[in-house]
Amino acid sequence: MSKVFIAFQTNDDTRPIVEAIMADNPGAETEEYPAMIRITNEARLVVKRETIEELIGRDFDLQEMHLNLVTLTGHIDESDDEFILSWENN
Amino acid sequence: MDAKAPRKKLNLKDRYRHLTRGLEWDPSYQPREKIYPYIEYEGIKIHDWDKWEDPFRLTMDSYWKYQGEKERKLYAIIDAFAQNNGHLNVSNERYINVLKLFIQGVSPLEYAAHRGFAHAGRAFPGAGPRIAAEMQSIDELRHFQTQAHTISNYNKYYNGMHDPGHMHGRVWYLSVPKSFFDDAMSAGPFEFMVATGFAFEYVLTNLLFVPFMSGAAYNGDMATVNFGFSAQSDESRHMTLGLEVIKFLLEQDPDNLPIVQGWLDKWCWRGTRLLSLVAAMMDYMLPKKVMSWGEAWEMYVEENGGALFKDLERYGITMPEALKTATIEKEHISHQTWATLYNYGAAAAFHTWVPTPEEMDWQSEKYPNTFDKYYRPRFEHWAEMEKAGERFYNQTLPMLCQTCQIPMFFTEPSDPTKICYRESDYKGNKYHTCSDHCKTIFDNEPEKYIQAWLPVHQIYQGNCGGAGLEDVLKWYHFNMGRDNMDINGSEDQRNFNMWKGNT
Repeated sequence: MSKVFIAFQTNDDTRPIVEAIMADNPGAETEEYPAMIRITNEARLVVKRETIEELIGRDFDLQEMHLNLVTLTGHIDESDDEFILSWENN
Repeated sequence: MDAKAPRKKLNLKDRYRHLTRGLEWDPSYQPREKIYPYIEYEGIKIHDWDKWEDPFRLTMDSYWKYQGEKERKLYAIIDAFAQNNGHLNVSNERYINVLKLFIQGVSPLEYAAHRGFAHAGRAFPGAGPRIAAEMQSIDELRHFQTQAHTISNYNKYYNGMHDPGHMHGRVWYLSVPKSFFDDAMSAGPFEFMVATGFAFEYVLTNLLFVPFMSGAAYNGDMATVNFGFSAQSDESRHMTLGLEVIKFLLEQDPDNLPIVQGWLDKWCWRGTRLLSLVAAMMDYMLPKKVMSWGEAWEMYVEENGGALFKDLERYGITMPEALKTATIEKEHISHQTWATLYNYGAAAAFHTWVPTPEEMDWQSEKYPNTFDKYYRPRFEHWAEMEKAGERFYNQTLPMLCQTCQIPMFFTEPSDPTKICYRESDYKGNKYHTCSDHCKTIFDNEPEKYIQAWLPVHQIYQGNCGGAGLEDVLKWYHFNMGRDNMDINGSEDQRNFNMWKGNT
């Protein structure tokens, strides 16, 4: 099985993003490093705008993630509502 | 974060489409091949430039908005760092040598990447890749500037960071990174994109930035963590571009496959060899270590690269042999590289040292198959010599690999007690390489690599200021006795401890 991952800086902006990802991706795992958090999941990982907005109580543009993104892998499919990472041949 | 903006009328996909489609026109008074002179000769066939998709779909307004916000965050931290003597909060004076290597060796590559992407962007007839290359070119310039600004705060207090631009084009260990980008930039635009966008950014950059930044965080270097993370937030976009380039080329024409595979084989190896310096940095230069080079290699190349190449199998791409060789060598290269830097510490503009006994125990734990057997005895011997007042400095210049320009110190993949030498004959001369992969790269493009500016050859030919070490260092703009030699007894060490109030 191939894993996809996404990593963010550890800060106040990313805590709700990480929380939303963990809620929307059962089975995903987090690893903490100095100043950085990495989330891995088998084959696919989705970030949903709506879940983040519920947690922070305001509108959220998924491209705000760019500010705190450290690294990622997989093919990206991004729309206004979802940001999806996946491998096709796993 | 931002004030609530009114909902935009177009969705993300539409906005990106408007940015990157329908901008072209058919030239009427110049033939197309004169406007795009570099697009055919590499043999790559493109049938439809509109099939290019940038998955991040970043539009210009968002790009400037987010980049501006990143800059504001970063410079607030750099200011706070300078105002609060942040340089004294790092773990110890050894750590600062990481920054010297970075500003001398890595930051000039950001500038080279800026130039390279500007050139590649100009070369492409399609608006999609042209805009992606333009954004990356601006990003890379930003990285160079933010790194120069951040590290200038260290340059006020410590040696070796005063003239990286001059050093980068002359110094023996800096010809390794310089030649990597010179090689990429002097290739065609497609090869450049595969070399930097895919092989370097996608497959290998995680190994450079992620452990380096976590390492900076762990060692108390707030300023570096932040320029690193600010740069890395762009890297995710660059990596995505790299993967997109590969998919685009492979989907356009089946004839592109062998060309792309050849570039992957070449550039994954060029990148891996370049990262030997990072391996040494991670395992030897960080006083507080985050993970070993071997562990980082497993996480980012074996696991993640494995997933990537499995995904690309559907196009007929196979994992480059180079990465398999590097996997065999992962337990050796950091030790061999650091040992060499230690050897030539008189000719480096950063300090070197023998690892402490505790650090050697860490190495034994991280490299159970190799450290105690092959490398510990060497370092312990050098520690003894130093104790006896005879710190070892190698007096003979090393032979360099004609391709990667690294001194020939790597061992045979099958025998870590034997130095690996390969040679090729070309037009009556012999050329030496450090490995099967560097030899293959040379043999495929000998006319390119015979032009390599090899620092050791240049010194022997009398082109580097003179015959003695002192002459050469002067020509490098090194300050003899301040920038070079062991950390023990250095001016940096004395000052750091004095300013910290350590006795």
